[in-house]
Amino acid sequence: MAIVTPQTLRQDFPLLVHHPELVYLNSAATSQKPQAVIEAVSRYYRELNASVHRGAYTLSAQASEAYEQARRTLARFIGAEEREIIFVRNTTEALNLVAYAWGLRNLQPGDEILLTEMEHHANLVPWHLVCERTGARIKAIPLGDDGRLELEHLGTLLTERVRLVSVMHVSNVLGTVNPVAQIAQAARAVGALVLVDGAQSAPHMPVDVRALGADFYAFSGHKMLGPTGIGVLWGRYEVLETLAPFLGGGSMIREVYVDRSTYAQPPQRFEAGTPAVAEAVGLAAAVEYLERLGMANVWQHELELAAYALARLDEELPEVRTFGPRGQDRSGVIPFVLGSIHAHDVATALDQYGIAVRAGHHCAQPLHRKLGVAATVRASFYVYTTREDVDRFIEALKKVRDFFKDWL
Amino acid sequence: MNLLEDLYKDIILRHYKSPHNYGPLESANVRVVGDNPSCGDQIELQVETDGEQIADVRFRGQGCAISQASASLMTDLVKGKTWAEALELERKFKSMILDGAPPAPELGDLAALSGVHKLAARVKCATLAWNALEQAAQEARTKAQGT
Ligand SMILES: Cc1ncc(COP(=O)(O)O)c(C=O)c1O
Repeated sequence: MAIVTPQTLRQDFPLLVHHPELVYLNSAATSQKPQAVIEAVSRYYRELNASVHRGAYTLSAQASEAYEQARRTLARFIGAEEREIIFVRNTTEALNLVAYAWGLRNLQPGDEILLTEMEHHANLVPWHLVCERTGARIKAIPLGDDGRLELEHLGTLLTERVRLVSVMHVSNVLGTVNPVAQIAQAARAVGALVLVDGAQSAPHMPVDVRALGADFYAFSGHKMLGPTGIGVLWGRYEVLETLAPFLGGGSMIREVYVDRSTYAQPPQRFEAGTPAVAEAVGLAAAVEYLERLGMANVWQHELELAAYALARLDEELPEVRTFGPRGQDRSGVIPFVLGSIHAHDVATALDQYGIAVRAGHHCAQPLHRKLGVAATVRASFYVYTTREDVDRFIEALKKVRDFFKDWL
Repeated sequence: MNLLEDLYKDIILRHYKSPHNYGPLESANVRVVGDNPSCGDQIELQVETDGEQIADVRFRGQGCAISQASASLMTDLVKGKTWAEALELERKFKSMILDGAPPAPELGDLAALSGVHKLAARVKCATLAWNALEQAAQEARTKAQGT
């Protein structure tokens, strides 16, 4: 096992220590936080808290330095330049930033945006809003029965009219790892920009945004051991420079008159108002924690857990139907249904055994429509998930199956 | 474990798998759709009414055992009642689910859903059909006034 002692790792997470009986299998929604992150946030408030980029006093300079240090840490984490890291609230805000700052200004009637059928609503709804106002159109790469994108359609879908290709790196429902580099290369060949929703990749695998060949990459801190309220939009600097602001206010300006203003360079241009400094510092602490584990190890750990869980489900629970690809291109996310019992009822039943899983459409209604089920149960793993957690999950699921056996 | 047995009583699962009053109602003059956008559950309620009384009622939809059984049992109960009586039943049902009040005898088999009170995450499943009923009552009233 790549993360040698996940059982010991559990000790780093106060919530898991506080709830020793809890099997937390909903990390794809939000992760738990290690003490190092909680302490970094707490220490910031105890020792450094001040207004950033606005005070002439020493403490303000120290707070600003902590914030900018966090930016450098995040840049290193994804192989970017510091000036390309924009702090936002979460993936949703990052995607909206691109939709509004780029989409609203650049799209015209007849232009096309290429998405996929597996996208999270966060990468669908902003484009619906932008298309309503610009007259641009949405197309989608179809999802195949094996849980992978049908890339054979890419050639016909990628016309000259496509201005942006926006795809998720890893599916939050199926765990599918999409071949983003390949898609990006094809997109660039027709002159389209490439936006990658990295909400489910940044927390789980090594990511190098330059190797992906994308123009934008978005992710959330709370899914990768960090605090809520902080996330990142990475953008290639040459592209960021061409974008107009998203929100206006303090910190994002150069000069302001009563009736007009000029704007700061990126990334400040996109960080209006007082930023989430403590959260940025906490996210940097989360990144350092993940770097100590090694992202390659994190990924390996999840691959192993997923393979183990799927093998046991296949073998021991024929009433369970799982979804998603089988292979190395799949993260530690297991979506399933139990016979014809509704996903919510299965999740409620599992909860009675201390197993926390999510049930529903997981903000991916088009994907569920394609799967032909209204809802799925989803178990998702992370660094602190142990083999024993998976065992307890399987044993509980067997009891749930037995309970509902006459109604399956 | 006890909560599981307490929640998923046989009668609930029976109504879930073989719901009563399920399907289209040709004679309906009031139709409303209630949904839980967060989980995707949906119920369409169809009512035939003169504005005073619920002459007939059927539902369609998809969702969990709790939402479907609640709809099935509710339609059984309110069929033939006046709107005032139906809304009084709604009040009693919701006070059982939301406040944990002991089930009123008039609720009959719906008492089987009383365990939902302990599961905050599932309260909205149990009340879905009843919210639709309230909406239908309003529509019936508006219609009656309009004619
Ligand atoms: C793939 C994907 N994209 C976007 C989001 C939205 O993230 P957030 O709610 O942090 O903005 C999520 C998480 O829910 C996700 O899994």
